[in-house]
Amino acid sequence: MKAIIHVGLKPGVLDPQGRAIARSLSDLGFNEVQQARQGKVIELDLSGEDIALAESRVKEMCEKLLANTVIESYLIEIED
Amino acid sequence: MKTAVIVFPASNCDRDAAVALEKITGHKAEMVWHRETSLPAGIDFVVIPGGFSYGDYLRSGAMAARSPIVKDIVAKAKLGLPVAGFCNGFQILTETGLLPGALMRNKNLKFVCRPEKLKITNGNTRYTSKYGNKIDVTFPVAHHDGNYFADDETLNKLEKSGRVVFRYVDNPNGSARDIAGICNEAGNVFGMMPHPERAIDPLHGGTDGLDLFKSIIESI
Repeated sequence: MKAIIHVGLKPGVLDPQGRAIARSLSDLGFNEVQQARQGKVIELDLSGEDIALAESRVKEMCEKLLANTVIESYLIEIED
Repeated sequence: MKTAVIVFPASNCDRDAAVALEKITGHKAEMVWHRETSLPAGIDFVVIPGGFSYGDYLRSGAMAARSPIVKDIVAKAKLGLPVAGFCNGFQILTETGLLPGALMRNKNLKFVCRPEKLKITNGNTRYTSKYGNKIDVTFPVAHHDGNYFADDETLNKLEKSGRVVFRYVDNPNGSARDIAGICNEAGNVFGMMPHPERAIDPLHGGTDGLDLFKSIIESI
């Protein structure tokens, strides 16, 4: 089983890297870019077959280490 | 008086902190490796030093905050042990939850390394009592992730309770409300991005950091 975790800054938290990316894209002529937000993706290979259990364990991992919930939110995808 | 400095892989201000502590206490600080599970017996004050612990992997301070020794420090800090974190040490203290908020990438995305003018906004803390009437100090800063963030409710609470201890005069990193250093509610845990341990000798260009160490050591 695989868990794919997307971690990003919460809405409203200033993302200076995202802002720099948006500016660079605009400099390259991609004028349709209104805003960019940068995050990270963490992939975990997991043992076990219980998807519900995996989800709750990965949520715990996010709360304890993978995301700093003061500034970041996360999204978990579990793949078979 | 027994002091300790915690050493992580890629700490780089651990020796500066140890020199500062020895200068004030007259005794060598214990250097404690991050894999230790408890502080040596009888430690009165702990410094979590600057650097790039664990290569800043995941987030600055994230790994260090979950290391074996830090678990013990958190438990003892909650019982009143004085603990100070400078630069990466401040990042680690926010990651543990001992101090509120988080340190994010500098607003201008640049690593900033320069002497920084600060104002002491609370001279009645265990970390600032020896400054007397002096409110203007200069400590070096050297960081990429020093942009202090907390929600408005937390910031208001910090300000109302006198827990904003230092502010930047010329904000170098975008920190909310120019905050450079804060303490916890009980006043025993303190964190700041600037480096008082790099301002303790005339050869550093200034000695404004000495009174910070004197304050906390004399309060014990």
